[in-house]
Amino acid sequence: MAQPTTLQPPAASATQDAPRTGNWDGGNEPFKASYGKLMMWFFLLSDAFTFAAFLTTYGLIRHKHEVFTGAAEKFVFNTRWWPVPDRVFNAFPGLHGVDVPLGFVALMTMILILSSVTMVLAVEAGHRMDKNDVQKWLLWTILFGSTFLLSQAWEWSHFIHGSDNGMVMADGSVFHGANLQMNEYGPVLFADLFFFITGFHGTHVLSGVCLLVWCFIATTNGTFHKRGHYEMIEKIGLYWHFVDLVWVFVFTFFYLV
Amino acid sequence: MSDMAAKPNLSPGVQTQGGVGSAPVPATEHGDHLHHDDHEHHDQHWLWKYVFSQDHKQIAKQFLITGMLWAILGGTLSSLFRLQLGWPEGSMEWLKPFLGKWIEAGKLNPEFYLALVTMHGTIMVFFVLTAGLSGTFSNFLIPLQVGARDMASGFMNMLSYWFFFLSSVVMFSSLFIETGPASAGWTIYPPLSALPQAIPGSGSGMTLWLVSMALFIVSQLLGGVNYVTTVINMRTRGMSMSKLPLTIWAFFLTAILGILSFPVLFSAALLLIFDRSFGTSFFLSDIYIAGQALSNQGGSPVLFQHLFWFLGHPEVYIVIMPAMGMVSEILSTNARKPIFGYRAMIGSLIGISLLSFVVWAHHMFVTGMNPFLGSVFMFLTLIIAVPSGVKVFNWLATLWRGNIRFTAAMLFSIGFVSLFISGGLTGIILGNATLDIQMHNTYFVVAHFHLVMGSSAFFGLFAGVYHWFPKMFGRMMDEKLGYIHFWLTFAGVYLVFMPMHYVGIAGFPRRYYAWTGFDAFSQFADMNKFISIAAIIAFLGQFIFIFNFFYSIYRGRRATQNPWNSTTLEWTTPINPGHGNWPGEIPAVYRWPYDYSKPGSDVDFIPQDVPYSKTQSSNLPYEQELAE
Repeated sequence: MAQPTTLQPPAASATQDAPRTGNWDGGNEPFKASYGKLMMWFFLLSDAFTFAAFLTTYGLIRHKHEVFTGAAEKFVFNTRWWPVPDRVFNAFPGLHGVDVPLGFVALMTMILILSSVTMVLAVEAGHRMDKNDVQKWLLWTILFGSTFLLSQAWEWSHFIHGSDNGMVMADGSVFHGANLQMNEYGPVLFADLFFFITGFHGTHVLSGVCLLVWCFIATTNGTFHKRGHYEMIEKIGLYWHFVDLVWVFVFTFFYLV
Repeated sequence: MSDMAAKPNLSPGVQTQGGVGSAPVPATEHGDHLHHDDHEHHDQHWLWKYVFSQDHKQIAKQFLITGMLWAILGGTLSSLFRLQLGWPEGSMEWLKPFLGKWIEAGKLNPEFYLALVTMHGTIMVFFVLTAGLSGTFSNFLIPLQVGARDMASGFMNMLSYWFFFLSSVVMFSSLFIETGPASAGWTIYPPLSALPQAIPGSGSGMTLWLVSMALFIVSQLLGGVNYVTTVINMRTRGMSMSKLPLTIWAFFLTAILGILSFPVLFSAALLLIFDRSFGTSFFLSDIYIAGQALSNQGGSPVLFQHLFWFLGHPEVYIVIMPAMGMVSEILSTNARKPIFGYRAMIGSLIGISLLSFVVWAHHMFVTGMNPFLGSVFMFLTLIIAVPSGVKVFNWLATLWRGNIRFTAAMLFSIGFVSLFISGGLTGIILGNATLDIQMHNTYFVVAHFHLVMGSSAFFGLFAGVYHWFPKMFGRMMDEKLGYIHFWLTFAGVYLVFMPMHYVGIAGFPRRYYAWTGFDAFSQFADMNKFISIAAIIAFLGQFIFIFNFFYSIYRGRRATQNPWNSTTLEWTTPINPGHGNWPGEIPAVYRWPYDYSKPGSDVDFIPQDVPYSKTQSSNLPYEQELAE
């Protein structure tokens, strides 16, 4: 490894000249985290700013629209008002026509939070070098993550196809559902932002599931075991928790407030 | 050895087989790394050594040379529009062989004029002064000055360059498409940039611009996380944060700014892509184009400006801070004096970094933003004068009664300080909301930022190249040519931008193709001609540098190990350091990087790796305690 050279390095320090050895004095990892983990943290910080920009966009645009102040039941979809979420997201698979405000999204959120729990268990199993447990909990996490994605697909599909009532157009025809140019729920931008932000989040979940599948394969092949540690699972875990945390904000903005 | 083995490499996910004919590597305690490196580097194929290299020094050179090519192109574009501005009635028929259909009946096409200023700005800000400057010197100096074998992840570092390269290819190709490159200004404000039917430049050229910038942001992120983690985790023994050279502090904070601000540009670009291609209305509302009303409702073009300038303002510090760091280092080395106010220098860098995130709306005083908000941003903006003033004071105090050696790098550093003062003072004018209403979008603004950020950062770049060239190529650049280059550039920059302030105060708006239609401006025709001549001469002067650079790579005087008698760690490596930088153990660090002309010492510099026990005669009392 050493390069052939004519030049000798400065004489190594004599014992009494030992450099300082404090936590931040170099030669160690001040945050007790490997460079890989630090990189993941900084990437997440950066990604947080991306999402923050989107959610700020959401907030500012929503603020430009009027707020309906009456009771939720009295609300009618109209381009004047930002829609009341209880009235938009009130469907549940298999319960056609039943009004379940926010029921399905609550279930989705539960599933995603559960996936965070199983992720923690996978990381913990990695610390114990328990390959079987790592596999088991990774598989659960993948399952919950995929379920979330499928639920989101259903939610989107329902949002796109719309309610039975639809919106009556100027020429008397009825428009159901939503796309990026128009929607029956109210202002154009409501659907734009919904598709864009939940879509961007869903892309993150999808990437996370892909990474977890890769981790599962690597675990099964014993790659991490041979390496002597499961830090990769920890790094992917950080990402996974971050994506869950972002969902909490998305959920709050789109569904709760 | 374990440090070297810890370096990840390009080989696919196979852990124990780094390459053909190599021995398996024992697992190390740095076992978190994906791949273990057991390549024999001197046997590397040239493709891996020079093209897809993972060595930070090679990647730095790749960034530098790509940046130089971009700078030549960016400069050429500015010469073209200066020709138009200086001689609005002149014939440009002679350019037809190069510009083809953009020359119509001997005149430059006005749409293409907009493309020229847009691409000049984009290229200079992002490709030259961001990638070319911090890409080069963060890569080159961070591992060498903190005492590391390489970046934390050489592989990601390589990817960072190649994403930049890809981004460059996309941006370059946009120059050759039918409708021309992006033309909405480097700030690409919607609705102009969002509606392909608005101007030709908002067609495919704009799409390519956005794709290119998305790739560029990926490159910045890959580079940035590497720089930051390398500074945090890879410092050699004894290299505490308060012993870091100011260059490293500057690169470190620059990288953090990039990590936090570029993603917001990414958000804005993605939203704009949706508005352009998928019919959303994020930035669009109430628009009539060619008499037709568009269906877009409810969006806000000002929102885009907020998102853009949240990147855009930190971006100007991303451009200037690496230059500040290098200038501090070069001034101290060549004044043979410790940098004045080392901790104040760090503090002011941190102050500038923090403030850079809360001043963005001073670019937007005339957007119809709430005037109260304007006054808040004005207040915060003017505070930046404080850390900037601290820096300037400290640079001047470093020079004060120094034993100055006027090397080419030193001249450019002093030039940097001069330009930073001249350009910074007009910043105080523009930062005032009421004054900005008068000056907004005039050549006064152009003059301001070309001095304080454009030219200054270029001077930092030149200073860095002259100073670290011996470390990069093992040879010296020619000093005589360096002097000629400096004086041409220094005089040129002032002759270009000083008159521009007057033109701006007179009310000349930016981005106008010609002012021949306005009688009031006719008396300034001579001044515009003068600016154009100065600009073109200053641009041609840069070829002296280009020649000097490439000639010196092959024919320059051979460098000694420490040609500037400098204290920092990069000069303890061999003249041509191999992959891994130090042939033996990495030196440990005992002292700060600015022990120049220390009283009691018989040499006028004491490198960082010399322990206090070896410098009994010059130790201060508390240092003496450390030596015993």
